[in-house]
Amino acid sequence: MRLIIREALLAFRRAPVLSALSITTIAFALFVVGLFALVALNIRNALEDVEERVEIVAYLMRGTPVEVVTVALGDIDAFPGVESAVYVTEEEALERARANLTEFQEAYDDLTENPLPASIEVRMAPGYRDAETVTRVAEWLGSFRFAEDVRFGRDWVERIDRLQNIAAVVGLVIGGAFAVASVIIIGTTVRMAVLQRSREIAIMRLVGATNGFIRRPFLLEGILKGILGGTLAVGLNYAAFSAINQVYTASFFNGLQALILVLFGTALGFVASAVSVARHLRKVGHG
Amino acid sequence: MIRFRKVFKSFSSGSLALTDINFHVAKGEFVFLTGHSGAGKSTIMRMIYADLLPSSGEVRVSGFSTERLRRSEIPKLRRRLGVVFQDFRLLEDRTAEENVAYALEVTGVRRNLIQPKVIRVLTQVGLAAKAGAYPRELSGGEQQRVAIARALVNDPLVVLADEPTGNLDDRATRGVVQLLRDINANGTAVVMATHDLGIVRQEATRSIELQNGAIVYDSAVDESEGGNQKR
Repeated sequence: MRLIIREALLAFRRAPVLSALSITTIAFALFVVGLFALVALNIRNALEDVEERVEIVAYLMRGTPVEVVTVALGDIDAFPGVESAVYVTEEEALERARANLTEFQEAYDDLTENPLPASIEVRMAPGYRDAETVTRVAEWLGSFRFAEDVRFGRDWVERIDRLQNIAAVVGLVIGGAFAVASVIIIGTTVRMAVLQRSREIAIMRLVGATNGFIRRPFLLEGILKGILGGTLAVGLNYAAFSAINQVYTASFFNGLQALILVLFGTALGFVASAVSVARHLRKVGHG
Repeated sequence: MIRFRKVFKSFSSGSLALTDINFHVAKGEFVFLTGHSGAGKSTIMRMIYADLLPSSGEVRVSGFSTERLRRSEIPKLRRRLGVVFQDFRLLEDRTAEENVAYALEVTGVRRNLIQPKVIRVLTQVGLAAKAGAYPRELSGGEQQRVAIARALVNDPLVVLADEPTGNLDDRATRGVVQLLRDINANGTAVVMATHDLGIVRQEATRSIELQNGAIVYDSAVDESEGGNQKR
């Protein structure tokens, strides 16, 4: 193991330019992937912000007893996907209107009777805010005898749904294309490193080293390059994020997401090395 | 030790590199393989260390037969051999000592055993004083001695030397041939491929001559048959 670590580290010292080139290539390939992931992350966050505002309001018939509403609230709260259900009395509704719609202040003063109905406001939990679930819950609320009308902004919910689907498909296609491109670029760079050491490989084979033994330092080298390239990519992404954040408020990866990017680089370095060495060993002949 | 039986080798281009090769090298023997460039000497050498397999026939080396040789057995076979080339094949960024030690390291020899073995073989080839020198700091003859030391360090049964004097001047050539003779005197078989007939004539030892991929003369066979005529 010591020899494998020594050989892998020596490879960096012996070919510093090629090693730096490999790490930079991995870093930039992952930077592009990371940049795209950042855009996808921020689009998702923005859509979630809009989604959070999705609310189903069931307007109640005048004179519905509080006891009936209380029992119903318990049922609604227990419904799968419901985050909260709040009862808004007729008085509270009027208070809100007074606070929010101040331009009608005079009209409120002239009121002899409260025209606003009581309601139940239902918020859905994350992951249950799609059009299908929201419609299903709205229909269910409408089935209560005391419900006069149910509203939830169907158009908006459907539009957000569509946007999310488009974002997911575009993300998958473009993100996948970037990932494939980075695998090819990294594979080519690692292959250059393998070719540069073909003489050493030939000597190792000649003196009786097994293919497994020959592979190990290259695999370790690939892993180290992947870790360094991935870490550099996170740094580059952070620099890009900081620049963007000055003109537009954006979010950056959390610790786990940054770690995933580094691990992705590590896996790429490992796989690219494994494939390149295996191809080289097959190509240079028997044994 | 080494036996070629009805060996033919053709390449994918269709060219026939070896035709009906039959010979045997006994334990501790010294054999010259001679012939012009392209006669088949290097192909035979590559078959001995299993870098090439015969198209037909059988090559047996130290108990390993090409007919049953598994890929995983090739490293084991090579550890019983030492191979030396015309172009030395040393790692330029390692010292003489590190080049020799490398052959032991990659085969998993314990660290504490490596140093004494390396010093022993470097002393044997007369380069103990230059153990710390890089290949570029050594003459051609000295580089070839390092390559021979690397071939010897695993205590091989056979040393294969493929045109080991091809890049050397007369003095260095004599030194390398003498070194190979000394190694042979200690019981290690030596197979040396060369196109330099001058060397072969100076040494009273067995020689096999190749022409166009076929053996045309084997002193062991021809002399036992009472003549020195070509086959």
